[in-house]
Formats: sequence, C-alpha cells, structure tokens
Amino acid sequence: MSHIVINENRCKACYLCVKECPKKLIRVSEKTNNLGNRVVEFCDPNNECLGCAMCATRCPDLAITEVYRG
Amino acid sequence: MTTQVFKIADSFKKNVKYTFCPGCDHGVAVRLVAEVIDELGIRENAIVAAAIGCSVTIYDFLNIDALESPHGRAMAVATGIKRAKPDKFVFTYQGDGDFASIGWAESMHAGLRGEKISSICINNTTFGMTGGQLGPTTMMGQVTTTSPTGRNPEYYGYPIKMAEHMALCDGVAYSARVSLDSVPNIRKAKQAIKKAFEVQLQGLGLGFVEILAGCPTNWRMSPAQAHDRVRDEMMQTFKPGVYKDVTADIK
Repeated sequence: MSHIVINENRCKACYLCVKECPKKLIRVSEKTNNLGNRVVEFCDPNNECLGCAMCATRCPDLAITEVYRG
Repeated sequence: MTTQVFKIADSFKKNVKYTFCPGCDHGVAVRLVAEVIDELGIRENAIVAAAIGCSVTIYDFLNIDALESPHGRAMAVATGIKRAKPDKFVFTYQGDGDFASIGWAESMHAGLRGEKISSICINNTTFGMTGGQLGPTTMMGQVTTTSPTGRNPEYYGYPIKMAEHMALCDGVAYSARVSLDSVPNIRKAKQAIKKAFEVQLQGLGLGFVEILAGCPTNWRMSPAQAHDRVRDEMMQTFKPGVYKDVTADIK
C-alpha cells in the first residue's frame, strides 16, 4: 500500500506539498508542532496514494522522510 | 510488494533540521547535493568549501568534511584543497551574491584555470541573509531594499548571467542553468548536479550549475507565489539549459 511518512517536527508550514499532491491527499491539520507551526497530515482513506514522491521531492525541509510505493 | 521510493539521504547528519526560512529552495538544493553524493558513493572522499550567505549552513547538515571560506573566496579555497589533495572530491556551495559579486574574479579565474572542482550556485536574485539588498543577479525593475524604485539600467546596470559566462571559460567542462520551480525541473536539476560532479571525477575540468531558486522571505511572497515568480519572470531572463558539456563532444 503506497503511503508517506511525515516528520511533523520538521514541518515549517509552507504547504507546498498540499499544492503538489496530484490526489490532494495531504491537508493542513489542527495540530501544532514544537516550532509552533500548524503541520500537514496525510489522509488517504481510499488508498489513492500513487507513491509518486512528488511531495517529498518538493518539500524543502525534509519533513516527508519516507515514501513507499506498491 | 511495497518498495521504498524515497528516503532521507545517508549523507545527512543524524536528526538533521534545516535552519532555512519556510519554503526556501536552499533546502531542496542541499538535499539534491546529498542524494547525488550518495549515488556517486563519494561521501568519504568529499570536501565542501562553504561560502558566506544562507548557503554557509551546508556544513551543519551534511556529514562530510567542510571548510569555511571568506566571502566570495570559496572557489579559491577549493582550488587550494584540490591542488593539495588531488585525489579528493572538492566542491563549493555558494549563493549568487557570493559567487557573482564579491567572488566573481575567483569564480571566473577558477574556470579559466580549469580547476578540477565542482560548483553549485544558488541564484535567487537578491542578497538573502543580509535582508534582501540588490545583488548582481537582481532583475530589471525588481524592487529590493536598496533599489526601492526598482532596478533601472542607468543607475544600477544589468544582471549577470553566470551560466553563460562560465561556459565561455575554456577550462570549464560543464555549465548549466536549472530551476527548482516545479518537480520535473527539480529532477532535471539533480541530473545537472550529478553531471557537474562527474566531470570532476573524470578529470575533465570545472563543473558548474546555476540553480534558480525562490526566496519567499525577501521577495515578500508566499512559497507558492515565489515559485510562480521563478517560472514566469526569472526563467524568462535566465533561460535554463546546458550551455557547455564537453562530454557530449566526446561521444
């Protein structure tokens, strides 16, 4: 099952991944991290993730640490 | 069967945390450098000459040997390292204010001497760390803190096109300009960085890559708007492309 792993404490709330995801599976959550930023969360109830790694390629802060495809 | 298609490069230090502004493309550029070092397997052999500016923090993130050089002199320092230790892989990581303004003589003459080093230069059309002053690559009409009415040629002159100038130096083996405005262009940027590193490993000459990057903080834009500006304005003035590649002639 394709999915991504997010390190929330690295997220600086630029939200470039939200714009980049072709399936719009990343959204802004209600949680804040230790930097005080509202972090993003991965929400994929229907297993739509392609594992394309576009979010991880775009993320400028290494917050998306792992991407799995399959 | 699930396969891992992305992971944090091994060349990063453990629990690395960037100190760049939110949305800064330096983060992407450093990651691409780390991934290329991993792919070429040169981590134990690599030495980076860091410069002054936002690019200086690269030695906080990468698990490789680093030497900090005075403002603009990264290419001169890299020359010294390479001549003392010819078997080492030496590269510089600089910004445009460092590479093309105070360090332009060092940078261009390293190209003219044909030093076997590689150089990555981030072009964000401004002096980022000091607060967004007019730099050598500032585009016509661009408003900065030291050009409040926009850059005009009568008073400030014209922006420098680094990749074209470096391509004219006979000692340069590879010179390219790439952009980080979109995911396909980020992947092309990685290929260009890899090529610039490979020409050094093959002993062909200097490898240079100019990377067009957004600076949301000093442009007073959101990260998404900054990428739109890179695509719509910067890439029209600074055309991406490969300006010199001696390996293409060999084939």
